[in-house]
Amino acid sequence: MENKQPSFYEEVRGDGISRKDFLKFCATMAAFLGLESSGIGQIVKALETKPRLPVIWFHFQECTCCSESFIRASHPIVADIVLGKISLDYQETLMAASGVQAEEAYKAVMAKFPGEYIVMVEGSIPTENEAYCCIGGRSAKQILEEAVKNCKAVVAWGNCASAGCVQAASPNPTGARPVHKIISGKPVINVQGCPPIADVMAGVVVHLLTFDRIPQLDALGRPKAFYSRRVHDTCYRRANFDAGLFVESFDDEGAKRGYCLYKMGCKGPVTYNSCGIIKWNDGVSYPIQSGHPCIGCSEEGFWDNGPFYQHLPSIAGFGIETTADKIGVGLGVATAVGVAGHAIYTNIRKKKEITNAPETASETETPKVL
Amino acid sequence: MRSRTIPMREVHVWEMPVRVYHWVNALCVTVLCVTGFLIGNPLAFMRGTEAYLNYWFGTVRFIHFVSAFVFFFNFVFRTYWGFVGNEFSRWYNFIPLKRCQWKEIINVIKVDVLQVSHKEIDSIGHNSLASFIYFITFLIFLLQCLTGFGMYAAMSTAFLPKLFSWIVPFMGGDMHVRQLHHILMWGFILFAMVHIYLVFYHDYIERRGVTSSMIGGWKFIEEDVIERHDNKSEDCPKD
Repeated sequence: MENKQPSFYEEVRGDGISRKDFLKFCATMAAFLGLESSGIGQIVKALETKPRLPVIWFHFQECTCCSESFIRASHPIVADIVLGKISLDYQETLMAASGVQAEEAYKAVMAKFPGEYIVMVEGSIPTENEAYCCIGGRSAKQILEEAVKNCKAVVAWGNCASAGCVQAASPNPTGARPVHKIISGKPVINVQGCPPIADVMAGVVVHLLTFDRIPQLDALGRPKAFYSRRVHDTCYRRANFDAGLFVESFDDEGAKRGYCLYKMGCKGPVTYNSCGIIKWNDGVSYPIQSGHPCIGCSEEGFWDNGPFYQHLPSIAGFGIETTADKIGVGLGVATAVGVAGHAIYTNIRKKKEITNAPETASETETPKVL
Repeated sequence: MRSRTIPMREVHVWEMPVRVYHWVNALCVTVLCVTGFLIGNPLAFMRGTEAYLNYWFGTVRFIHFVSAFVFFFNFVFRTYWGFVGNEFSRWYNFIPLKRCQWKEIINVIKVDVLQVSHKEIDSIGHNSLASFIYFITFLIFLLQCLTGFGMYAAMSTAFLPKLFSWIVPFMGGDMHVRQLHHILMWGFILFAMVHIYLVFYHDYIERRGVTSSMIGGWKFIEEDVIERHDNKSEDCPKD
C-alpha cells in the first residue's frame, strides 16, 4: 500500500529511540493500565503493526495546561505518543498550518477516516452564548457537533472538557458545559485532572490503539485503571491520618514531620486520581509529597468546593467562608434562644394556673390540661 | 396542700420494640454526631510522635462506621414496625394525608408552640405535628444513610455498602456527598435540642408521664380523651 501510515514503532525508531526503550515504555504502560504480563506483548504488537490513530484535537475554553502537562513528561515516548506519534492532524497549539489550511486539515481527516478518527477535546463549551468561543467563524458547539458525527470516540482531556472546571464554576458566565453534556451517542472518555497526569493521557491513547475499544470507565466516565482509587487511599501519608497526626499550619512541627494534610484542606479523601501512584514529572513527586494539600482537581466542581485550604467547603449565599458548621452553630443558638423563650412563657402560664387553682379541687371538676 | 383527683387511665402506648428502637437510635445518633464531628474536624492533640505508634483516628472512624451499621438496621427495623406495630406506631400516623391531621397540626401550633389557645389536644400517642416532624427526620435518616454508605462504598468490598455505590456519581462526586452528609448532621443536632426540650415541656404541662413512657411504655391519659378517641369518626379513626 502506497498511502500506508507508518506505525508508531516505525516512527519512534526513526526518531532514534532504541528498541529497549520502546519495550520499557510498553511495559510501563501495561503496568499503568493494570494488564497482566501477556498484555505487554499485545501492546508491543499493536504499536508495531497498527497504523497511527487519526486524531483531531480541539482547544475550546481552556488554558492549554493539558497540552503543557504532556510536553513536560520527561519520558520522550510518553510525550510523543500523543503530540508527535499519533496522527495529530489538527492541534491548534502545535500545528504549523493556520487559517484555511488548518481548517482543511481537520476536514480532511473527517473525510478520509470516517468512523475511525478520535476527537480529543481540551476545554469546555459555552452554551449561554455560543459566540464566547469561536474558531474560524464557527462556534465551539457547532465545530464539536460536526466533528463527533463520524468519529469513533471522544476523549475529553482534563477537568474543563470532563466537568467544566473553572469556567463552569459559579456563576458560570458563559454557561460552560463539559463535552459529555453537549454530545450524545458517542463514547466519551473523561481523562480528569487539571491537568491530567501525562502518563495517564498516554495510557488512554495506548489502550485505544492496542485494544481498539475504549477502556473500562467508572460511573463518571473516567478510565477505571487510573481513577478507581482515591488519592487518600494511595497516599504515603495515610498512616498519619489513621494515627490522628495532622499538620495545623504549613510551618509547624507536624508539617516538618510529614503528617497528614487533612486539616489543611486536603481533598485527597474525596478525589479519585493516580497522583499517589504514578506521580508527576516522571514519578518525581506529587502535591502532597511536596507538602501541599490536594485541591481535588480531578473532581467535578472543585472550584466551588473551596477554599482550597479549608476542609469543609463554604456554602454559597452565606458570604465568604461560611461553612455548614458556622451555619449550624447559628441555628443551634437560635434554637436555644427559642426554647428558652418558650420555657419562660410556659412557666409564667403554669404559675398562674397553680395560683388560680382551688386549695382542694372537687372530684367532679373537669381537669384542665395545662 | 394542693391536690386534685383526675380520672385517668394508663394506656400501653409504646411497645417494647418501639422503646428499644428509640434508645438504640438515641445512642447511635449521639455516637455518630460526636465521632462525625471529630472526623470532620479532628483534634490535632498529638505532637512529636510517629504514625506507627498511634491509631486513634482510625478507631474514631471505626466507631462511626459500626454505629452507622447499627443505626441503619435499627432504622430498617423501625420502618418494618411501622407496618406491624400497634396503632400508635403505624406509618399512617407519620404522614399527614388526612384533613384532621392537618387540623391537629394547626391546633398544636396554636396551643403548644405559640400558646395562644388553650384547647385540648386529644392525641394519645404522638400528636400530628410531632408525627410529621418525625416523618421529616425519617427522611433525614434515609438521606444520611444514603450519603454515608455512598462514601463508604468506595472503601468496602462488602455487599451492602456496594449497593450504594451509585450515590457518588449520582451527586457528581464525593465532595458534594460529604458536604450534604455534614449539613444533615446539623439536622440531627437541632432535632435533638428541640425534642428533649419538648419532652420536658409536655411532662411539665400535661403531666401524662411522657418521659417515663419511653421507659415503661405506659402513659396516663384522661378518661374523656380516651372516650373521644374511641368514638372518633371513620375518616380519622386514629390519632
